[in-house]
Amino acid sequence: MLISRAQKTGLSLYATLTLLLFYFPLVCLLVAAVSQKRYFSFPYPLENVTTKWFAEAIASEQVAEYVGVSLKIASLTTVLSVGIGFFAALAYARHAWKCRRMFQKIVLLPLFFPQSVLGLALLMWFNFLGVTPCWQTAVIAHTVWIAPIATLIMAIQAYGLDPSLEEAARDMGAGTPRILARITLPLMAPGMVSAACFSLLLSWGNFALSLYTTGADSALPEWLYARMTGGYKPVVPAIGILSVVAAVAVLLLLFGAMKLAAKRRAA
Amino acid sequence: MQPKADQSEPTLTSRRQDPALDYIKSENPLLPRLFKRISAGPGVMGFLSATPFSLLMLAAFVAPLLCVVWFRFMPPKSFSLLHVPTLANYAEIFSHTYYKSVLWSLGLAVATVLLLLVICYPLAFALAKVFRGGAAFVTYAIASSLFVSENVRLFGWVIGLMKNGVVGGTLASLGFPIESLLYNVPVILLGMVYVYLPFMLFPLALGVQMVPTQVREAAFDLGATRWQVLKRIDLPLSMPGVLIGSLLVFVLSLGALAEAKILGGQKVVTIAADIETEFTFGQNWPLGSALSTLLILITTVLVFLCLGRFDLEKLLGKKPAE
Repeated sequence: MLISRAQKTGLSLYATLTLLLFYFPLVCLLVAAVSQKRYFSFPYPLENVTTKWFAEAIASEQVAEYVGVSLKIASLTTVLSVGIGFFAALAYARHAWKCRRMFQKIVLLPLFFPQSVLGLALLMWFNFLGVTPCWQTAVIAHTVWIAPIATLIMAIQAYGLDPSLEEAARDMGAGTPRILARITLPLMAPGMVSAACFSLLLSWGNFALSLYTTGADSALPEWLYARMTGGYKPVVPAIGILSVVAAVAVLLLLFGAMKLAAKRRAA
Repeated sequence: MQPKADQSEPTLTSRRQDPALDYIKSENPLLPRLFKRISAGPGVMGFLSATPFSLLMLAAFVAPLLCVVWFRFMPPKSFSLLHVPTLANYAEIFSHTYYKSVLWSLGLAVATVLLLLVICYPLAFALAKVFRGGAAFVTYAIASSLFVSENVRLFGWVIGLMKNGVVGGTLASLGFPIESLLYNVPVILLGMVYVYLPFMLFPLALGVQMVPTQVREAAFDLGATRWQVLKRIDLPLSMPGVLIGSLLVFVLSLGALAEAKILGGQKVVTIAADIETEFTFGQNWPLGSALSTLLILITTVLVFLCLGRFDLEKLLGKKPAE
Protein backbone atom coordinates (compact mmCIF):
# COMPACT_ATOMS: atom_id res chain seq x y z
CA MET A 1 0.00 0.00 0.00
CA LEU A 2 1.23 3.48 -0.84
CA ILE A 3 -0.13 5.22 2.21
CA SER A 4 0.94 3.88 5.55
CA ARG A 5 -1.30 3.84 8.58
CA ALA A 6 0.81 6.50 10.26
CA GLN A 7 0.44 8.81 7.29
CA LYS A 8 -3.28 8.25 7.26
CA THR A 9 -3.54 9.15 10.93
CA GLY A 10 -1.38 12.19 10.36
CA LEU A 11 -3.55 13.40 7.54
CA SER A 12 -6.71 12.82 9.56
CA LEU A 13 -5.27 14.81 12.44
CA TYR A 14 -4.29 17.56 10.06
CA ALA A 15 -7.78 17.68 8.54
CA THR A 16 -9.39 17.74 11.97
CA LEU A 17 -7.15 20.56 13.10
CA THR A 18 -7.91 22.57 9.96
CA LEU A 19 -11.63 22.10 10.46
CA LEU A 20 -11.40 23.14 14.10
CA LEU A 21 -9.47 26.29 13.17
CA PHE A 22 -11.92 26.84 10.37
CA TYR A 23 -14.86 26.91 12.72
CA PHE A 24 -13.06 28.71 15.53
CA PRO A 25 -14.34 32.18 14.47
CA LEU A 26 -17.93 30.99 14.45
CA VAL A 27 -17.50 29.56 17.94
CA CYS A 28 -16.09 32.90 19.04
CA LEU A 29 -19.12 34.66 17.57
CA LEU A 30 -21.42 32.38 19.50
CA VAL A 31 -19.47 32.98 22.71
CA ALA A 32 -19.78 36.73 22.21
CA ALA A 33 -23.44 36.58 21.25
CA VAL A 34 -24.50 34.93 24.49
CA SER A 35 -22.41 37.17 26.74
CA GLN A 36 -24.50 39.54 28.84
CA LYS A 37 -22.04 42.42 29.11
CA ARG A 38 -22.10 45.27 26.61
CA TYR A 39 -18.34 45.07 26.20
CA PHE A 40 -17.11 41.63 25.50
CA SER A 41 -14.35 40.13 27.58
CA PHE A 42 -13.42 36.51 27.98
CA PRO A 43 -13.70 34.38 30.08
CA TYR A 44 -16.95 35.36 31.73
CA PRO A 45 -18.93 33.55 34.47
CA LEU A 46 -21.50 31.04 33.30
CA GLU A 47 -24.43 32.90 34.88
CA ASN A 48 -23.74 35.76 32.47
CA VAL A 49 -24.90 33.61 29.58
CA THR A 50 -28.00 35.14 28.08
CA THR A 51 -30.16 34.94 25.00
CA LYS A 52 -31.40 38.51 25.28
CA TRP A 53 -29.32 39.73 22.30
CA PHE A 54 -30.97 37.16 20.10
CA ALA A 55 -34.36 38.33 21.32
CA GLU A 56 -33.35 41.92 20.66
CA ALA A 57 -32.12 41.06 17.17
CA ILE A 58 -35.34 39.26 16.30
CA ALA A 59 -37.54 41.99 17.73
CA SER A 60 -35.67 44.84 16.02
CA GLU A 61 -37.60 46.41 13.16
CA GLN A 62 -34.43 47.82 11.68
CA VAL A 63 -32.88 44.39 11.44
CA ALA A 64 -36.08 43.01 9.95
CA GLU A 65 -35.83 45.63 7.23
CA TYR A 66 -32.26 44.62 6.29
CA VAL A 67 -33.25 40.97 6.33
CA GLY A 68 -36.16 41.85 4.05
CA VAL A 69 -33.87 43.59 1.57
CA SER A 70 -31.41 40.69 1.65
CA LEU A 71 -34.21 38.18 1.09
CA LYS A 72 -35.67 40.17 -1.80
CA ILE A 73 -32.27 40.36 -3.48
CA ALA A 74 -31.49 36.70 -2.83
CA SER A 75 -34.78 35.32 -4.11
CA LEU A 76 -34.86 37.37 -7.30
CA THR A 77 -31.19 36.58 -7.94
CA THR A 78 -31.95 32.89 -7.53
CA VAL A 79 -34.80 32.94 -10.03
CA LEU A 80 -32.75 34.84 -12.60
CA SER A 81 -29.58 32.80 -12.09
CA VAL A 82 -31.31 29.44 -12.34
CA GLY A 83 -33.33 30.56 -15.37
CA ILE A 84 -30.38 31.93 -17.29
CA GLY A 85 -28.05 29.24 -16.00
CA PHE A 86 -30.36 26.44 -17.13
CA PHE A 87 -29.96 27.37 -20.77
CA ALA A 88 -26.32 28.31 -20.34
CA ALA A 89 -25.65 24.88 -18.83
CA LEU A 90 -27.21 23.22 -21.88
CA ALA A 91 -24.98 25.34 -24.12
CA TYR A 92 -22.03 24.51 -21.87
CA ALA A 93 -22.40 20.77 -21.70
CA ARG A 94 -25.20 19.41 -23.83
CA HIS A 95 -25.19 21.01 -27.26
CA ALA A 96 -22.36 20.78 -29.72
CA TRP A 97 -21.86 24.16 -31.31
CA LYS A 98 -19.15 26.25 -32.82
CA CYS A 99 -18.19 28.60 -30.00
CA ARG A 100 -18.65 26.18 -27.14
CA ARG A 101 -15.03 26.16 -25.97
CA MET A 102 -15.03 29.94 -25.87
CA PHE A 103 -18.37 30.05 -24.15
CA GLN A 104 -17.05 27.73 -21.42
CA LYS A 105 -14.27 30.20 -20.72
CA ILE A 106 -16.61 33.16 -20.74
CA VAL A 107 -18.74 31.43 -18.11
CA LEU A 108 -15.74 31.27 -15.79
CA LEU A 109 -14.63 34.85 -16.36
CA PRO A 110 -16.78 36.69 -13.76
CA LEU A 111 -15.66 34.20 -11.10
CA PHE A 112 -12.02 35.06 -11.74
CA PHE A 113 -12.61 38.67 -10.99
CA PRO A 114 -12.24 40.74 -7.82
CA GLN A 115 -15.78 41.32 -6.64
CA SER A 116 -15.14 44.78 -5.28
CA VAL A 117 -13.97 45.95 -8.71
CA LEU A 118 -16.95 44.31 -10.38
CA GLY A 119 -19.36 46.00 -7.96
CA LEU A 120 -17.71 49.33 -8.55
CA ALA A 121 -17.73 48.95 -12.32
CA LEU A 122 -21.44 48.24 -12.15
CA LEU A 123 -21.99 51.30 -9.96
CA MET A 124 -20.32 53.48 -12.57
CA TRP A 125 -22.24 51.81 -15.36
CA PHE A 126 -25.57 52.41 -13.60
CA ASN A 127 -24.53 55.99 -12.97
CA PHE A 128 -23.71 56.42 -16.65
CA LEU A 129 -27.08 54.96 -17.64
CA GLY A 130 -28.81 57.26 -15.17
CA VAL A 131 -30.13 54.43 -12.98
CA THR A 132 -30.26 55.16 -9.24
CA PRO A 133 -28.76 52.22 -7.34
CA CYS A 134 -31.30 50.35 -5.23
CA TRP A 135 -31.93 46.73 -4.36
CA GLN A 136 -32.92 45.91 -7.93
CA THR A 137 -29.53 46.98 -9.24
CA ALA A 138 -27.94 44.79 -6.58
CA VAL A 139 -29.90 41.88 -8.05
CA ILE A 140 -28.19 42.48 -11.39
CA ALA A 141 -24.78 42.63 -9.73
CA HIS A 142 -25.41 39.40 -7.80
CA THR A 143 -26.71 37.68 -10.93
CA VAL A 144 -23.57 38.50 -12.92
CA TRP A 145 -21.53 36.67 -10.31
CA ILE A 146 -23.97 33.90 -9.33
CA ALA A 147 -25.38 32.90 -12.74
CA PRO A 148 -21.97 31.45 -13.77
CA ILE A 149 -21.87 29.38 -10.59
CA ALA A 150 -25.40 28.15 -11.17
CA THR A 151 -24.41 27.33 -14.74
CA LEU A 152 -21.44 25.25 -13.64
CA ILE A 153 -23.51 23.31 -11.11
CA MET A 154 -26.22 22.55 -13.67
CA ALA A 155 -23.58 21.77 -16.32
CA ILE A 156 -22.46 18.81 -14.20
CA GLN A 157 -26.02 17.50 -14.43
CA ALA A 158 -26.25 18.36 -18.13
CA TYR A 159 -23.14 16.27 -18.87
CA GLY A 160 -25.04 13.30 -17.55
CA LEU A 161 -28.08 13.81 -19.80
CA ASP A 162 -28.69 11.03 -22.25
CA PRO A 163 -29.07 12.68 -25.68
CA SER A 164 -30.95 9.69 -27.04
CA LEU A 165 -33.96 10.54 -24.85
CA GLU A 166 -34.34 13.92 -26.52
CA GLU A 167 -33.76 12.39 -29.93
CA ALA A 168 -36.41 9.78 -29.29
CA ALA A 169 -38.89 12.49 -28.32
CA ARG A 170 -38.03 14.41 -31.46
CA ASP A 171 -38.46 11.35 -33.63
CA MET A 172 -41.91 10.91 -32.17
CA GLY A 173 -42.79 14.41 -33.26
CA ALA A 174 -42.26 16.55 -30.16
CA GLY A 175 -41.20 20.15 -30.82
CA THR A 176 -38.37 21.89 -29.02
CA PRO A 177 -40.51 23.63 -26.34
CA ARG A 178 -42.21 20.37 -25.56
CA ILE A 179 -38.94 18.45 -25.34
CA LEU A 180 -37.57 21.11 -23.01
CA ALA A 181 -40.59 20.98 -20.74
CA ARG A 182 -41.21 17.24 -20.70
CA ILE A 183 -37.73 15.71 -21.07
CA THR A 184 -34.90 18.13 -20.34
CA LEU A 185 -36.44 20.02 -17.44
CA PRO A 186 -37.38 16.98 -15.32
CA LEU A 187 -33.98 15.39 -15.95
CA MET A 188 -32.20 18.58 -14.94
CA ALA A 189 -34.35 19.11 -11.84
CA PRO A 190 -31.87 17.85 -9.20
CA GLY A 191 -29.14 20.09 -10.58
CA MET A 192 -31.55 22.99 -10.64
CA VAL A 193 -32.47 22.49 -7.00
CA SER A 194 -28.85 22.53 -5.84
CA ALA A 195 -28.09 25.48 -8.11
CA ALA A 196 -31.02 27.34 -6.57
CA CYS A 197 -29.78 26.65 -3.04
CA PHE A 198 -26.27 27.77 -3.91
CA SER A 199 -27.60 30.94 -5.53
CA LEU A 200 -29.81 31.77 -2.58
CA LEU A 201 -27.05 31.26 -0.02
CA LEU A 202 -24.30 32.98 -1.95
CA SER A 203 -26.48 36.01 -2.55
CA TRP A 204 -27.56 36.02 1.09
CA GLY A 205 -23.96 36.13 2.29
CA ASN A 206 -22.52 38.41 -0.36
CA PHE A 207 -20.95 41.60 0.83
CA ALA A 208 -18.53 43.02 -1.75
CA LEU A 209 -21.07 43.32 -4.54
CA SER A 210 -23.85 44.67 -2.33
CA LEU A 211 -21.55 47.30 -0.87
CA TYR A 212 -21.49 49.29 -4.09
CA THR A 213 -24.73 48.41 -5.78
CA THR A 214 -27.53 48.60 -3.21
CA GLY A 215 -27.58 52.40 -3.00
CA ALA A 216 -29.99 53.64 -0.38
CA ASP A 217 -31.26 50.15 0.44
CA SER A 218 -28.90 48.18 2.60
CA ALA A 219 -28.42 44.42 2.72
CA LEU A 220 -27.74 42.58 5.96
CA PRO A 221 -23.98 41.92 5.40
CA GLU A 222 -23.45 45.62 4.66
CA TRP A 223 -25.13 46.68 7.86
CA LEU A 224 -23.12 44.14 9.84
CA TYR A 225 -19.92 45.44 8.27
CA ALA A 226 -20.77 49.01 9.23
CA ARG A 227 -21.46 47.89 12.80
CA MET A 228 -18.23 45.90 12.96
CA THR A 229 -15.96 48.68 11.83
CA GLY A 230 -17.98 51.28 13.73
CA GLY A 231 -19.43 50.79 17.21
CA TYR A 232 -19.58 47.28 18.62
CA LYS A 233 -22.86 45.97 19.95
CA PRO A 234 -23.49 42.42 21.15
CA VAL A 235 -26.45 42.35 18.75
CA VAL A 236 -23.94 42.14 15.89
CA PRO A 237 -22.54 38.68 16.69
CA ALA A 238 -26.07 37.57 17.58
CA ILE A 239 -27.30 38.54 14.10
CA GLY A 240 -24.22 36.92 12.59
CA ILE A 241 -25.06 33.66 14.35
CA LEU A 242 -28.72 33.90 13.32
CA SER A 243 -27.73 34.36 9.68
CA VAL A 244 -25.48 31.31 9.95
CA VAL A 245 -28.37 29.33 11.43
CA ALA A 246 -30.62 30.40 8.55
CA ALA A 247 -28.01 29.25 6.02
CA VAL A 248 -27.58 25.91 7.78
CA ALA A 249 -31.35 25.42 7.80
CA VAL A 250 -31.50 25.90 4.03
CA LEU A 251 -28.63 23.43 3.58
CA LEU A 252 -30.32 20.82 5.77
CA LEU A 253 -33.55 21.25 3.81
CA LEU A 254 -31.57 20.63 0.62
CA PHE A 255 -30.01 17.48 2.05
CA GLY A 256 -33.37 16.24 3.27
CA ALA A 257 -34.91 16.81 -0.15
CA MET A 258 -32.05 15.01 -1.88
CA LYS A 259 -32.22 12.03 0.48
CA LEU A 260 -35.98 11.84 -0.06
CA ALA A 261 -35.59 11.99 -3.83
CA ALA A 262 -32.92 9.28 -3.74
CA LYS A 263 -35.16 7.08 -1.61
CA ARG A 264 -38.10 7.57 -3.96
CA ARG A 265 -35.93 6.71 -6.94
CA ALA A 266 -34.71 3.56 -5.21
CA ALA A 267 -38.24 2.45 -4.34
CA MET B 1 -16.62 38.57 -26.54
CA GLN B 2 -20.07 37.39 -27.44
CA PRO B 3 -20.04 34.07 -29.24
CA LYS B 4 -20.95 34.45 -32.88
CA ALA B 5 -24.03 32.94 -34.38
CA ASP B 6 -23.78 29.71 -36.15
CA GLN B 7 -26.03 30.74 -38.95
CA SER B 8 -24.61 28.48 -41.57
CA GLU B 9 -26.23 25.26 -42.62
CA PRO B 10 -26.34 22.56 -39.95
CA THR B 11 -23.13 20.59 -40.22
CA LEU B 12 -22.84 17.21 -41.84
CA THR B 13 -22.91 15.35 -38.57
CA SER B 14 -26.07 17.05 -37.44
CA ARG B 15 -27.78 16.24 -40.69
CA ARG B 16 -26.83 12.65 -40.30
CA GLN B 17 -28.27 12.68 -36.80
CA ASP B 18 -31.50 14.12 -38.04
CA PRO B 19 -32.73 12.39 -41.19
CA ALA B 20 -36.09 14.11 -40.89
CA LEU B 21 -34.46 17.43 -41.76
CA ASP B 22 -34.01 16.79 -45.48
CA TYR B 23 -37.56 15.69 -45.77
CA ILE B 24 -38.85 18.80 -44.02
CA LYS B 25 -36.67 20.99 -46.20
CA SER B 26 -38.05 19.68 -49.44
CA GLU B 27 -41.70 19.56 -48.54
CA ASN B 28 -42.73 22.35 -46.19
CA PRO B 29 -43.35 26.03 -46.82
CA LEU B 30 -40.74 28.52 -45.69
CA LEU B 31 -41.69 29.56 -42.16
CA PRO B 32 -42.29 26.21 -40.52
CA ARG B 33 -39.26 24.99 -42.38
CA LEU B 34 -37.10 27.68 -40.82
CA PHE B 35 -38.54 27.00 -37.42
CA LYS B 36 -37.93 23.30 -37.77
CA ARG B 37 -34.39 23.90 -38.83
CA ILE B 38 -33.70 26.20 -35.92
CA SER B 39 -35.13 23.73 -33.46
CA ALA B 40 -33.45 20.76 -35.06
CA GLY B 41 -29.91 21.98 -35.74
CA PRO B 42 -27.77 21.30 -32.66
CA GLY B 43 -25.41 24.16 -33.51
CA VAL B 44 -28.23 26.65 -33.45
CA MET B 45 -29.65 25.16 -30.27
CA GLY B 46 -26.33 25.70 -28.54
CA PHE B 47 -26.17 29.27 -29.74
CA LEU B 48 -29.75 29.99 -28.68
CA SER B 49 -29.22 28.46 -25.24
CA ALA B 50 -26.12 30.56 -24.73
CA THR B 51 -27.85 33.78 -25.74
CA PRO B 52 -29.46 34.89 -22.44
CA PHE B 53 -26.23 34.34 -20.56
CA SER B 54 -24.16 36.09 -23.19
CA LEU B 55 -26.50 39.07 -23.18
CA LEU B 56 -26.26 39.30 -19.40
CA MET B 57 -22.47 39.23 -19.62
CA LEU B 58 -22.41 41.90 -22.31
CA ALA B 59 -24.78 44.25 -20.51
CA ALA B 60 -23.60 43.76 -16.94
CA PHE B 61 -20.00 42.60 -17.15
CA VAL B 62 -18.27 43.74 -20.33
CA ALA B 63 -20.00 47.11 -20.61
CA PRO B 64 -19.31 48.16 -16.99
CA LEU B 65 -15.66 47.20 -17.30
CA LEU B 66 -15.30 49.19 -20.49
CA CYS B 67 -17.02 52.03 -18.69
CA VAL B 68 -14.38 51.93 -15.93
CA VAL B 69 -11.55 51.78 -18.42
CA TRP B 70 -12.97 54.80 -20.26
CA PHE B 71 -13.60 56.74 -17.07
CA ARG B 72 -9.95 56.63 -16.09
CA PHE B 73 -9.21 59.06 -18.94
CA MET B 74 -11.65 61.66 -17.64
CA PRO B 75 -10.27 64.75 -15.88
CA PRO B 76 -9.85 64.40 -12.09
CA LYS B 77 -12.94 64.93 -9.89
CA SER B 78 -15.42 64.68 -12.75
CA PHE B 79 -18.51 62.49 -12.62
CA SER B 80 -19.41 62.33 -16.26
CA LEU B 81 -17.99 60.25 -19.03
CA LEU B 82 -18.22 63.05 -21.56
CA HIS B 83 -15.04 65.03 -21.05
CA VAL B 84 -11.88 65.36 -23.08
CA PRO B 85 -9.73 62.34 -22.25
CA THR B 86 -6.60 63.03 -20.22
CA LEU B 87 -3.82 61.09 -18.59
CA ALA B 88 -3.71 63.29 -15.47
CA ASN B 89 -4.92 60.42 -13.28
CA TYR B 90 -1.92 58.33 -14.06
CA ALA B 91 0.40 61.15 -13.15
CA GLU B 92 -1.42 61.29 -9.83
CA ILE B 93 -1.06 57.57 -9.20
CA PHE B 94 2.68 57.72 -9.61
CA SER B 95 3.18 61.00 -7.79
CA HIS B 96 1.07 59.85 -4.85
CA THR B 97 1.48 56.94 -2.46
CA TYR B 98 -0.90 54.70 -4.37
CA TYR B 99 1.93 52.56 -5.67
CA LYS B 100 2.43 51.55 -2.04
CA SER B 101 -1.05 50.11 -1.73
CA VAL B 102 -0.63 48.37 -5.08
CA LEU B 103 2.57 46.77 -3.81
CA TRP B 104 0.92 45.82 -0.52
CA SER B 105 -1.96 44.17 -2.35
CA LEU B 106 0.33 42.29 -4.72
CA GLY B 107 2.54 41.16 -1.85
CA LEU B 108 -0.38 40.02 0.29
CA ALA B 109 -1.90 38.19 -2.68
CA VAL B 110 1.34 36.35 -3.50
CA ALA B 111 1.87 35.44 0.16
CA THR B 112 -1.71 34.16 0.43
CA VAL B 113 -1.30 31.97 -2.64
CA LEU B 114 1.98 30.47 -1.42
CA LEU B 115 0.69 29.83 2.11
CA LEU B 116 -2.49 28.27 0.79
CA LEU B 117 -0.59 25.99 -1.59
CA VAL B 118 1.42 24.63 1.33
CA ILE B 119 -1.58 24.38 3.65
CA CYS B 120 -4.00 22.90 1.13
CA TYR B 121 -1.89 20.40 -0.76
CA PRO B 122 -1.82 17.74 1.98
CA LEU B 123 -5.50 18.32 2.59
CA ALA B 124 -6.34 18.07 -1.10
CA PHE B 125 -4.27 14.91 -1.33
CA ALA B 126 -6.12 13.44 1.63
CA LEU B 127 -9.50 14.39 0.15
CA ALA B 128 -8.72 12.96 -3.27
CA LYS B 129 -6.73 9.85 -2.43
CA VAL B 130 -6.87 8.86 1.22
CA PHE B 131 -10.16 9.64 2.93
CA ARG B 132 -13.28 7.77 1.91
CA GLY B 133 -16.41 8.72 3.88
CA GLY B 134 -14.51 11.48 5.65
CA ALA B 135 -13.82 13.29 2.40
CA ALA B 136 -17.47 14.16 1.87
CA PHE B 137 -17.74 15.42 5.43
CA VAL B 138 -14.69 17.67 5.17
CA THR B 139 -15.86 18.94 1.78
CA TYR B 140 -19.32 19.84 3.07
CA ALA B 141 -17.94 21.39 6.24
CA ILE B 142 -15.62 23.67 4.32
CA ALA B 143 -17.99 24.42 1.46
CA SER B 144 -20.81 25.47 3.78
CA SER B 145 -18.62 28.22 5.20
CA LEU B 146 -18.92 29.92 1.81
CA PHE B 147 -22.52 30.71 2.60
CA VAL B 148 -21.68 32.80 5.63
CA SER B 149 -20.78 36.34 4.79
CA GLU B 150 -17.01 36.68 4.90
CA ASN B 151 -17.14 39.72 7.15
CA VAL B 152 -19.16 37.79 9.72
CA ARG B 153 -16.47 35.11 9.79
CA LEU B 154 -13.69 37.65 9.98
CA PHE B 155 -15.46 39.34 12.84
CA GLY B 156 -15.32 36.02 14.66
CA TRP B 157 -11.53 36.24 14.45
CA VAL B 158 -11.68 39.76 15.86
CA ILE B 159 -13.57 38.48 18.88
CA GLY B 160 -11.15 35.60 19.18
CA LEU B 161 -7.97 37.62 18.92
CA MET B 162 -8.75 41.01 20.45
CA LYS B 163 -7.52 42.06 23.86
CA ASN B 164 -9.55 40.09 26.41
CA GLY B 165 -10.87 38.06 23.50
CA VAL B 166 -11.27 34.29 23.51
CA VAL B 167 -7.56 33.55 23.00
CA GLY B 168 -6.20 36.49 24.99
CA GLY B 169 -8.62 35.96 27.86
CA THR B 170 -7.86 32.26 28.09
CA LEU B 171 -4.11 32.92 28.15
CA ALA B 172 -4.57 35.70 30.73
CA SER B 173 -6.55 33.45 33.05
CA LEU B 174 -3.73 30.90 32.73
CA GLY B 175 -1.29 33.59 33.80
CA PHE B 176 0.09 34.75 30.43
CA PRO B 177 -1.46 38.13 29.77
CA ILE B 178 -0.91 39.30 26.19
CA GLU B 179 -1.70 42.41 24.20
CA SER B 180 -4.20 42.40 21.38
CA LEU B 181 -3.18 40.14 18.52
CA LEU B 182 -5.00 42.28 15.99
CA TYR B 183 -3.96 45.07 13.68
CA ASN B 184 -0.77 43.74 12.17
CA VAL B 185 0.24 42.20 8.88
CA PRO B 186 0.33 38.49 9.91
CA VAL B 187 -3.25 38.74 11.15
CA ILE B 188 -4.38 40.23 7.83
CA LEU B 189 -2.66 37.33 6.12
CA LEU B 190 -4.42 34.92 8.46
CA GLY B 191 -7.75 36.46 7.50
CA MET B 192 -7.02 36.15 3.79
CA VAL B 193 -5.77 32.58 4.06
CA TYR B 194 -8.87 31.76 6.06
CA VAL B 195 -11.38 33.36 3.68
CA TYR B 196 -9.83 32.02 0.46
CA LEU B 197 -8.99 28.49 1.65
CA PRO B 198 -11.99 26.86 -0.10
CA PHE B 199 -11.03 28.49 -3.39
CA MET B 200 -7.64 26.80 -3.26
CA LEU B 201 -8.68 23.52 -1.72
CA PHE B 202 -11.37 22.43 -4.18
CA PRO B 203 -9.47 23.07 -7.44
CA LEU B 204 -6.43 21.41 -5.88
CA ALA B 205 -8.44 18.36 -4.87
CA LEU B 206 -9.77 18.11 -8.44
CA GLY B 207 -6.21 18.39 -9.72
CA VAL B 208 -4.83 15.72 -7.38
CA GLN B 209 -7.68 13.44 -8.38
CA MET B 210 -6.36 13.56 -11.94
CA VAL B 211 -3.07 11.91 -10.92
CA PRO B 212 -3.43 8.20 -11.72
CA THR B 213 -2.65 6.08 -8.68
CA GLN B 214 -0.89 3.45 -10.82
CA VAL B 215 1.67 5.98 -12.02
CA ARG B 216 2.57 6.83 -8.44
CA GLU B 217 2.75 3.13 -7.57
CA ALA B 218 4.99 2.47 -10.53
CA ALA B 219 7.31 5.28 -9.50
CA PHE B 220 7.59 3.90 -5.99
CA ASP B 221 8.21 0.41 -7.36
CA LEU B 222 11.04 1.77 -9.44
CA GLY B 223 12.63 3.12 -6.30
CA ALA B 224 11.67 6.77 -6.41
CA THR B 225 11.73 8.64 -3.12
CA ARG B 226 8.71 10.49 -1.79
CA TRP B 227 10.22 13.80 -2.76
CA GLN B 228 10.92 12.60 -6.30
CA VAL B 229 7.36 11.37 -6.69
CA LEU B 230 6.02 14.70 -5.50
CA LYS B 231 8.29 16.67 -7.80
CA ARG B 232 8.17 14.49 -10.89
CA ILE B 233 4.68 13.01 -10.75
CA ASP B 234 2.24 14.56 -8.31
CA LEU B 235 2.94 18.23 -9.02
CA PRO B 236 3.17 18.10 -12.83
CA LEU B 237 0.10 15.91 -13.21
CA SER B 238 -2.03 17.96 -10.83
CA MET B 239 -0.83 21.22 -12.38
CA PRO B 240 -4.23 22.30 -13.78
CA GLY B 241 -5.69 22.23 -10.27
CA VAL B 242 -2.66 24.01 -8.83
CA LEU B 243 -2.85 26.71 -11.48
CA ILE B 244 -6.59 27.27 -11.27
CA GLY B 245 -6.54 27.37 -7.48
CA SER B 246 -3.61 29.79 -7.41
CA LEU B 247 -5.15 32.01 -10.06
CA LEU B 248 -8.48 32.12 -8.28
CA VAL B 249 -6.94 32.93 -4.91
CA PHE B 250 -4.54 35.48 -6.38
CA VAL B 251 -7.24 37.36 -8.22
CA LEU B 252 -9.70 37.29 -5.34
CA SER B 253 -7.16 38.42 -2.77
CA LEU B 254 -5.99 41.18 -5.06
CA GLY B 255 -9.45 42.67 -4.65
CA ALA B 256 -9.59 41.93 -0.93
CA LEU B 257 -11.06 44.71 1.13
CA ALA B 258 -12.67 43.41 4.30
CA GLU B 259 -9.65 41.49 5.67
CA ALA B 260 -7.37 44.51 5.93
CA LYS B 261 -10.16 46.71 7.23
CA ILE B 262 -11.66 44.44 9.86
CA LEU B 263 -8.56 42.61 11.07
CA GLY B 264 -5.86 45.10 10.14
CA GLY B 265 -7.35 48.36 11.36
CA GLN B 266 -5.63 51.08 9.37
CA LYS B 267 -2.27 49.31 9.42
CA VAL B 268 -2.23 48.39 5.78
CA VAL B 269 -4.16 50.12 3.02
CA THR B 270 -4.85 47.75 0.13
CA ILE B 271 -5.59 48.90 -3.36
CA ALA B 272 -9.22 47.87 -3.02
CA ALA B 273 -9.48 50.09 0.05
CA ASP B 274 -7.90 52.97 -1.88
CA ILE B 275 -10.38 52.50 -4.67
CA GLU B 276 -13.26 52.46 -2.22
CA THR B 277 -12.01 55.69 -0.65
CA GLU B 278 -11.75 57.43 -4.01
CA PHE B 279 -15.32 56.48 -4.79
CA THR B 280 -16.77 57.44 -1.41
CA PHE B 281 -14.96 60.07 0.69
CA GLY B 282 -12.46 61.10 -1.97
CA GLN B 283 -15.15 61.73 -4.58
CA ASN B 284 -12.58 61.32 -7.31
CA TRP B 285 -14.12 58.79 -9.63
CA PRO B 286 -11.61 59.06 -12.48
CA LEU B 287 -8.73 58.38 -10.11
CA GLY B 288 -10.65 55.47 -8.61
CA SER B 289 -11.22 54.03 -12.05
CA ALA B 290 -7.59 54.47 -12.99
CA LEU B 291 -6.71 52.32 -9.97
CA SER B 292 -9.46 49.82 -10.84
CA THR B 293 -8.23 49.63 -14.40
CA LEU B 294 -4.87 48.56 -13.08
CA LEU B 295 -6.55 45.68 -11.22
CA ILE B 296 -8.69 44.80 -14.23
CA LEU B 297 -5.61 44.72 -16.44
CA ILE B 298 -3.60 42.45 -14.12
CA THR B 299 -6.57 40.14 -13.68
CA THR B 300 -7.50 39.89 -17.34
CA VAL B 301 -3.96 39.17 -18.51
CA LEU B 302 -3.47 36.48 -15.87
CA VAL B 303 -6.83 34.82 -16.49
CA PHE B 304 -6.37 34.68 -20.24
CA LEU B 305 -2.83 33.37 -19.88
CA CYS B 306 -3.93 30.59 -17.54
CA LEU B 307 -7.35 29.59 -18.81
CA GLY B 308 -6.12 29.34 -22.38
CA ARG B 309 -3.90 26.47 -21.32
CA PHE B 310 -6.26 23.73 -20.45
CA ASP B 311 -9.33 21.90 -21.40
CA LEU B 312 -12.16 22.70 -19.03
CA GLU B 313 -14.08 19.55 -19.90
CA LYS B 314 -11.14 17.39 -18.92
CA LEU B 315 -11.01 19.07 -15.53
CA LEU B 316 -14.64 18.31 -14.87
CA GLY B 317 -13.74 14.72 -15.70
CA LYS B 318 -16.35 14.37 -18.39
CA LYS B 319 -16.28 13.69 -22.07
CA PRO B 320 -18.17 16.16 -24.23
CA ALA B 321 -21.76 15.23 -24.85
CA GLU B 322 -22.57 14.30 -28.47
